[in-house]
Amino acid sequence: MMEKSTSPIVRIRNLSKSYRRGSQVIPVLEDISFDIPDGEFLALMGPSGSGKSTLLNLLAGIDKADSGVIEIGGIDITTLDESTLAGWRALNVGFIFQFYNLIPVLTAFENVELPLLLTRLAKHERRAHVETALRVVGLADRMAHYPSQLSGGQQQRVAIARAVVTDPTILVADEPTGDLDRYSAGEILDLMDRLNRESGKTVIMVTHDPRAAEKAHSIRYLEKGELKDVRA
Amino acid sequence: MFALKLLWRNAFRHRLRTFLTVLAITIAIVAFGLLRTFIDAWYAGVEASSASRLVTRNAISLVFPLPISYKDRIRQVEGVKIVSYGNWFGGIYIDEKNLFANFAVDIDSYLKLYPEFVLPPDQLAAVSRDRKACVAGRKLAERFGWKIGDTIVLKGTIFPGNWEFVLRGIYHGRDKTADESQMFFHWNYLNETVKKLVPRRADQAGFYMIGITNPSLASQVTMAIDELFRNSLAETLTESEKAFALGFISMTEAIVIAIKLVSFVVIIIIMAVVANTMAMTARERIGEYAVFKTLGFGARHIVGMIFGESMVITLTGCAVGIALTFPLARAFASAMSNYFPIFNVSKATIYMDVGAALLVGVVAGIFPAWRAVKIRIAEGLSRIG
Ligand SMILES: Nc1ncnc2c1ncn2[C@@H]1O[C@H](COP(=O)(O)OP(=O)(O)OP(=O)(O)O)[C@@H](O)[C@H]1O
Ligand SMILES: [Mg+2]
Repeated sequence: MMEKSTSPIVRIRNLSKSYRRGSQVIPVLEDISFDIPDGEFLALMGPSGSGKSTLLNLLAGIDKADSGVIEIGGIDITTLDESTLAGWRALNVGFIFQFYNLIPVLTAFENVELPLLLTRLAKHERRAHVETALRVVGLADRMAHYPSQLSGGQQQRVAIARAVVTDPTILVADEPTGDLDRYSAGEILDLMDRLNRESGKTVIMVTHDPRAAEKAHSIRYLEKGELKDVRA
Repeated sequence: MFALKLLWRNAFRHRLRTFLTVLAITIAIVAFGLLRTFIDAWYAGVEASSASRLVTRNAISLVFPLPISYKDRIRQVEGVKIVSYGNWFGGIYIDEKNLFANFAVDIDSYLKLYPEFVLPPDQLAAVSRDRKACVAGRKLAERFGWKIGDTIVLKGTIFPGNWEFVLRGIYHGRDKTADESQMFFHWNYLNETVKKLVPRRADQAGFYMIGITNPSLASQVTMAIDELFRNSLAETLTESEKAFALGFISMTEAIVIAIKLVSFVVIIIIMAVVANTMAMTARERIGEYAVFKTLGFGARHIVGMIFGESMVITLTGCAVGIALTFPLARAFASAMSNYFPIFNVSKATIYMDVGAALLVGVVAGIFPAWRAVKIRIAEGLSRIG
């Protein structure tokens, strides 16, 4: 067990985001502020269209806010330019998507190796990291399999291995169990819980599933562009 | 290593689509290569011409002859080494479709002037001894199955009647550009016969072929010869062999231009085909590119993936196309040898094939690459599922 530090790993201040559809402006997030402490396992809930994915994308640095501050590990990522942000993502964020988003022409091993190609690690070091990550998710024996040869739950575990292989600062997951049956979903949640408890990874997870939210330490509800109810 | 693996697997992800695209490129490259070779064949006579040979003909037109007496006066001109002369005979062998070039020439001087036509010494001696002797190129003899000693009858068109010759020599080309499909015989045989039948047409040469001591003297000798016969009954026009050969082709220049245009149109069409394939591919992969970007890969990686894949496809098609061009050109050459004695795929054609393929690969990648780089990650990701 890791000791939780007092300073928040994520600091969000006055964050606003809207989409433009033609001349129409659709506000999605309005003046949102909140902190996420280091080592937190947070579930973001809320009705469809409330802006959960939008918020997650913003704090993962794959979308641009209209205004506000997003500080992660002390860096305000809203000030970074495109390519610096890409480099920052590679080091600091691990993504888990609803539809796994593995590259179909790459094996499980190669998919997990992908983020490491951007590091200075030598081939044998990469191999060691990939094997460790796949062992953690329980797929050491499936390394040579292509995504199409794996079940949905297994694919999501490969995706989790890919997300953690670079040892990122935060793990973000957008409905990671949304496409899985109850049993596989349970496995994925246990895995994320273990990563949070044993490796001290900060996890931010969007979910519709109350049972998924149960695993989290805290839950926040997003409704009509505002963080309504905060229950720790 | 990883990148190549990814490119290769991506390129052959849609087997049928990639196969059809590669096939289209292959066909385009073959068509392009054959058309370029066709143009080369058209210019083969120009290509084979020598800078140290001049042609003198009647200034009015090629159909008017020149007196044979000019021979000795041309020989006097400074810089002239050899003078040969002859007439286009235009004889038909059995059937009109059996086209080939046949001339009456002064064989000794003609062969000295054309060292690229190689005739064994014993055959040359036999040719000299026989008034009715003729010499044929290796390809021509092969085409009609002629052997040394055979009697060959040509039906005259310019010089009416049936003309009998005995094949005494078969020359072969010193290199690939030499035309091995000509036939020539003694000018004296033609002249003696004409003298008996139509005396006023005797002692006339259709053209003089002149060898000069040094190519740099060409323009000087040209002017000197034409000056010599200025204001005479038959004024001359002298030009380099190359200019002479080009003069023939200029009549058909429009065809050559049309063929050139078609060859470029073929490349433009294939550009559209490959661009379409790449656009489809990139559209389907927008989500994947977004994943790559999410993981921290930059624009240059995405651009590299798209151009790399485009190159894998075009260069595969190009390689197969080039490999097929050679046997097809050979088949084409044997089928068309009546019209194109020289039909060789040149190095320049192969370079153009590769250049065209590279160009197609790049052009086809531009738009998809631009789009894939431009699209926002969040938007790209939303295309999945
Ligand atoms: N690219 C876009 N262009 C215009 N509007 C968008 C775009 N992306 C999202 N929106 C809108 O923004 C709002 C929030 O979308 P978001 O995807 O963040 O919702 P969500 O809470 O994740 O919903 P769900 O639970 O269905 O995934 C929605 O009304 C959506 O229609
Ligand atoms: Mg969502």
